[in-house]
Amino acid sequence: MINTKDILETIQMIDDENLDVRTITMGISLLDCIDPNTEAACRKVYDKICGFAEHLVRTGEDISREYGIPIVNKRISVTPIAILAGANPTASPVHFARALDRAAKTVGVNFIGGYSALVQKGFGPGDYALIESIPEALSETEFVCSSVNVGSTKAGINMDAVKKMGRVIRETAERTADRDCIGAAKLVVFCNAPEDNPFMAGAFHGVGEADCVINVGVSGPGVVRAAIAKASPSDDLSAIAELIKRTAFKITRMGQLVAQEASRRLSVPFGIVDLSLAPTPAVGDSVADILEGMGIERCGGYGTTAALALLNDAVKKGGVMASSHVGGLSGAFIPVSEDAGMIRAAKCGALCLEKLEAMTAVCSVGLDMIVVPGDVPAEVLSGIIADEAAIGMVNSKTTAVRVIPAIGKDVGDELNFGGLLGSGPVMNVNRVSPKVFIDRGGRIPAPLQSLKN
Amino acid sequence: MRAVITVIGKDMVGILAQITASCATHGINVLEVTQSILQDVFAMIMLVDLTKSNIRIADLSEEFDELGRKMGLSIHVMHEDVFNSMHRI
Repeated sequence: MINTKDILETIQMIDDENLDVRTITMGISLLDCIDPNTEAACRKVYDKICGFAEHLVRTGEDISREYGIPIVNKRISVTPIAILAGANPTASPVHFARALDRAAKTVGVNFIGGYSALVQKGFGPGDYALIESIPEALSETEFVCSSVNVGSTKAGINMDAVKKMGRVIRETAERTADRDCIGAAKLVVFCNAPEDNPFMAGAFHGVGEADCVINVGVSGPGVVRAAIAKASPSDDLSAIAELIKRTAFKITRMGQLVAQEASRRLSVPFGIVDLSLAPTPAVGDSVADILEGMGIERCGGYGTTAALALLNDAVKKGGVMASSHVGGLSGAFIPVSEDAGMIRAAKCGALCLEKLEAMTAVCSVGLDMIVVPGDVPAEVLSGIIADEAAIGMVNSKTTAVRVIPAIGKDVGDELNFGGLLGSGPVMNVNRVSPKVFIDRGGRIPAPLQSLKN
Repeated sequence: MRAVITVIGKDMVGILAQITASCATHGINVLEVTQSILQDVFAMIMLVDLTKSNIRIADLSEEFDELGRKMGLSIHVMHEDVFNSMHRI
């Protein structure tokens, strides 16, 4: 029989430590829905998504009940809509957003990602229109998530897009100011965006992907935190890294099991497991708590970046062996509003935006779910995006910016999004103006890949 | 198909009887049982075979959830594969 200790450990992970599969995300290609007639294209998009994802939610719920594993979200990612919008650049891409929203509602998923444009090197025919339409699309829809890739290690950074996105983020927040600026929480600006990421808001289905795939995002910061809490104070950091690796292995195996089962039942190929530690606002399910458990008095203090680097690397090492295909954003997320420990650290002043930026050089994504004062000008937001994209470009890693300007609010106030998105304190932002730099536009050339110093 | 049933909670008379009676009703064969009591806390783990049973594992899980609530116990029914995949290479 299976070892009693192992069985009780699994039960404890689920009952007390918030272990769950965070998302089953079905990636659907919409390349065969391209049509110069936007109305026809939207109809094809709606029909294809509803056809492929008809049983997604029910299958996820069945697996959850049969295996006794909580599966929190069922979601869909689609081909970047800018590609479809390119077939008729004069029509408003918002029609596509509405079609996606309707399809999401019909099949019962809680988010649909892919209202996206990939403009790391330049703008294609549908890209301008799509980017300009983001504020309208996100304010008029409920389930649609949007992302724009503005840079990559191979292409450099498209600073014209960076400039635009500062303004687009502000406008999106303004248009949804009556709903705690929720629109901006569904918009991510990437550098080196992965094409198979199952996590929102940045999920989209890359053009190199199969027609339809199942990607699974696992989670479990609470489990890692509990494992570290049991470590002896005399354990050195090699021992801590080993502990995290073992725990990540177990978490990922569960994700792999769910992914394979979902893929089999839906007759859709298995894509990847994303090994991310994704925190939730639930007490204890926090990446900041893990860092503090390693011995940093409060997340954001010196030592935090080193502890996060250890965590991020150990999670990947443990998870890689547990799954046949790993991809997505894999690593530790550091969203502020979704992590009770990060919120606590930000409120007491231990964690500032500059430290978060440093942490993004070693974590799996970037500046995530950070609430900034409502009067921060667009060019400062563009400056934040440019800095973050530069970190990603030079270090050959994914970085992202998801900041929410809290319209009409200032430092000391709070935004409350509810659910998994949590609530965040408004954080102070350095207002020194990068306007002239941002207004120059153009491209930052791709970096040299040798002479690494 | 095999599943693991775990029962954890305050010790009392008749826990094992209730659980196994429920299994028998549904044609579930009990393969192995380990049970221990540590400081009044009852912990039981059963390996069961559902091949010939008349109930789906999801429904069984709901039934035991309800029973657990009534008896003040935490009862889990999980597919055996979860443990095999998490704890065996």
